[in-house]
Amino acid sequence: MLNQLTIHELTAKLAKREASAREVTQSCLDQIARVDGNIHAFISHDSADALAQADAADQALAAGTTHAQRPLLGVPVAVKDVLAVKNQPLNCGSKILGRFISPYDATVVEKLKAAGAIVFGRLNMDEFAMGSSTENSAFGITRNPWDITRIPGGSSGGSAAAVTADEAIATLGSDTGGSIRQPAALCGCVGLKPTYGRVSRYGLVAFASSLDQIGPFTKDVQDAATVLRVISGHDGRDSTSVPQPVPDYTAGLTGNLKGLKLGLPKEYLIGGLAPAVKAAVDAAVKQYERLGAEIVEISLPHTDYGVSVYYIIATAEASANLARFDGIRYGARVDGADPIELYSRTRGAGFGAEVKRRIILGTYVLSSGYHDAYYLRAQKVRTLIRNDFLQAFEKVDAIVTPTTPTAAFKIGEKSDDPLQMYLSDIYTISCNLAGICGISLPCGFTHNPKLPIGLQLLGRPFGEETLLKIAHAYEQATLWHKEKPPITNR
Amino acid sequence: MSAAQFDVKYVAHLARLHLTPDEEKKLGEQLGGILGYIEKLKELDVTNVEPTAHAVPLVNVTRPDEVRPSLLHEDAIRNAPAHANGLFMVPKIVE
Repeated sequence: MLNQLTIHELTAKLAKREASAREVTQSCLDQIARVDGNIHAFISHDSADALAQADAADQALAAGTTHAQRPLLGVPVAVKDVLAVKNQPLNCGSKILGRFISPYDATVVEKLKAAGAIVFGRLNMDEFAMGSSTENSAFGITRNPWDITRIPGGSSGGSAAAVTADEAIATLGSDTGGSIRQPAALCGCVGLKPTYGRVSRYGLVAFASSLDQIGPFTKDVQDAATVLRVISGHDGRDSTSVPQPVPDYTAGLTGNLKGLKLGLPKEYLIGGLAPAVKAAVDAAVKQYERLGAEIVEISLPHTDYGVSVYYIIATAEASANLARFDGIRYGARVDGADPIELYSRTRGAGFGAEVKRRIILGTYVLSSGYHDAYYLRAQKVRTLIRNDFLQAFEKVDAIVTPTTPTAAFKIGEKSDDPLQMYLSDIYTISCNLAGICGISLPCGFTHNPKLPIGLQLLGRPFGEETLLKIAHAYEQATLWHKEKPPITNR
Repeated sequence: MSAAQFDVKYVAHLARLHLTPDEEKKLGEQLGGILGYIEKLKELDVTNVEPTAHAVPLVNVTRPDEVRPSLLHEDAIRNAPAHANGLFMVPKIVE
């Protein structure tokens, strides 16, 4: 079935005319019709528009356009509901945007289209990317394809579930504290968070502007390298995008790990780490030794403060960013006698519980009298966390950790306890605070129930080439990424 | 920080966020717990540590000051909850 292919398998078939873009797009749409009633990865999708884009791709292929020229020509790629796609709805999983239709394309969407991708669908997410389970969406919950009584992770739960269930060939998500890597781990696909500044954020609805990055969900590491190359690069419309050249990430996937050093942070052996997750990560480390990498114990002494720093900085930035949703220029409005009442009622009716919680916390830590005690102190501890990583990268080429302390938890299990939910991001959060890159890839399963386990690799700022090489070498030596949830083959 | 010390009503006003009495109570309790957890940052000595606002600091980012195409007026207004004569409609501000 064409929808089950990776990007590299599919483009090979498209190039040889063994399949058409229309056929693969139809096959993804058929899969959505078959499984998405149970999974609910998509908030909506426009089949006619997707097929029209597919026909245009087939015409380009017939006219002789190659995948060297347009690397994603004919590849269906779905996007998280946080990215602007011209003339498509954008809701951020929230009620407050009403019937918003994007007037322009995000830079990453422009780049995907220029590379020939069929950009379709609005993937479900925690409202404004705030959450770790995709239970905080105004459009209903998304379920884990491996076990529909469990969460897919979040906030990009729809993006992870759609790739895992073969409803799209690849997807995009966004990662502020783990929102790509954590759902990739819990669903069993590959998720990459690029270095801060690697990918333009223009057209990404802002949650925490100093932490947000867009990245791909794919079926294997080679595909992640392909998509990253397409979406990376400097953009004059995002003043935080960094003018660094974009390497050919796929060319670096040599499998050769000779001379590379991998760091194991001793602080990551915490109490809440599930034995099955620890065993899978230990086995992955042994695999790396067999592949020729040297394993070094390292220390990231400020690890324990990551969650606290994150929930101050991210909520402070969110409280400012979300001030724009006031019922004046776009979205839903609840009228009031004066502008203040209008803002307050609109926001009270439009935002869900988790978003309200974070706006209140963020407003508080920035408020007069508390700014220095909370926000400024958090920014200083952020420096200490970043220095931990920069010092570690003087000794090692990448850091190996579990992506999450446990496999996917049950729907509803943590939804009434925000602090427990926040602590499920303990391994992913520091990467955003430090601004480095990170990837999650499958490294095993729990038994009874069978649920995916993710291996996280963290790399130097703008070190995606090495990070992907290290991830790819492991993937080539194992078969975890080939395993499919039973729901996909029913 | 206990829930009692945390003035949810005041902060909600600063955030322009209407909360029901139930929401106020629940948020006050939950945020009291979260703030209690965050207190652990006070264990650290941060004397002489510079704050990090951005992980990859760039300075003086400018673009050429050139006239370029921008969002069309009709595109800018089409998502507005209320508009007339090409303008956003808002409640009366000045008597």
